[in-house]
Amino acid sequence: MSKFVDKGKKETPGINTASLPDLVFIVLMFFMVSVSMRQTDRKVMLSLPAASEAAKLERKDLASYIYIGTPTLQYQRLYGTESQIQLNDAFRSIEDIRDFIASERESLSEAERPYMTVSIKADENTRMGIITDVKQELRRCSALRIMYGARKVSAISSY
Amino acid sequence: MAAPRKTPEINGGSMADISFLMLIFFLVVSTMDKEEGLVRRLPVMPPENMEVEDMKVNRRNIIQVKVNAQDRLFAGNEIIDIAQLKNKIKEFMTNPNNDPNLPDKEVLFIEGFGDCLVSKGVISLQNDRGTSYSKYIEVQNELIRAVNELRDEWSMANYGRRYSRLSEEQQNIVRKAVPQSISEAEPKDVTKRRR
Repeated sequence: MSKFVDKGKKETPGINTASLPDLVFIVLMFFMVSVSMRQTDRKVMLSLPAASEAAKLERKDLASYIYIGTPTLQYQRLYGTESQIQLNDAFRSIEDIRDFIASERESLSEAERPYMTVSIKADENTRMGIITDVKQELRRCSALRIMYGARKVSAISSY
Repeated sequence: MAAPRKTPEINGGSMADISFLMLIFFLVVSTMDKEEGLVRRLPVMPPENMEVEDMKVNRRNIIQVKVNAQDRLFAGNEIIDIAQLKNKIKEFMTNPNNDPNLPDKEVLFIEGFGDCLVSKGVISLQNDRGTSYSKYIEVQNELIRAVNELRDEWSMANYGRRYSRLSEEQQNIVRKAVPQSISEAEPKDVTKRRR
């Protein structure tokens, strides 16, 4: 009559799921730390040009975005298919950039203002005319740090 | 006497479901797109009442890169292909044979390094209103690539390491020794229209 002889019938033990919430929380934390919130709805179609020398923007919180491109299908009836400028959540004209830059600058602290970067995200099929206008307006507002948004590729394969 | 009452345990089984819900929420509202691009610095706008004065740069020290409305590329007064642009710029900036038509070099004292020959070359990039943005970025990219390669070569020669592996201080020195002097000129029509 040994103590160690198994008497009852064998059953596969269920997997303990008590730690599952912890695992999911860890994944959640990872996402919360690594991503940034979607701030604006894009109303223009964008496919960024490719560039092999694209560098990462270090301070995302200091960036303001100007989107330039053809309006998406649902807005084409109103705005046509010409390239449009989108600031925040609406289509704007060149003249509105001044106010936009002023308000973006206002939202930063005094010490960070010189490092404000304007990220120009323009579709690759845009003509330079509208971008030159935007650049000139930015110079007038002395927002001189700009970034041309681009996709990072290892080498451009067009040749 | 009644047995001491046990506090009932909270069922933790639904915790996983709740955190999954939050996870899904974050996945939906957040963006993962990386902020990448070509960082440039625009020149200061001259005051409006001032005459636009052409920069007093010696002719040999400037190379004009123009992109016209048909996305054709001119560099130094000849039509070239974009594949040739990088080497042309590198040759222009280094001037290996001290060609009198290529830019002058000056001895500059750099703190932490000492005297160093620095090219005075300036790349002037001009575009037309009809140039496509993708071509413009491609050209910008080639120009930056040329400068980045020169910086890599310079730091390999002087520090034995690539530019990206240098310390902050050394990178500052390299930036001074190999300046990224790309000027975006005042916009004008590059394409001459015949009327």
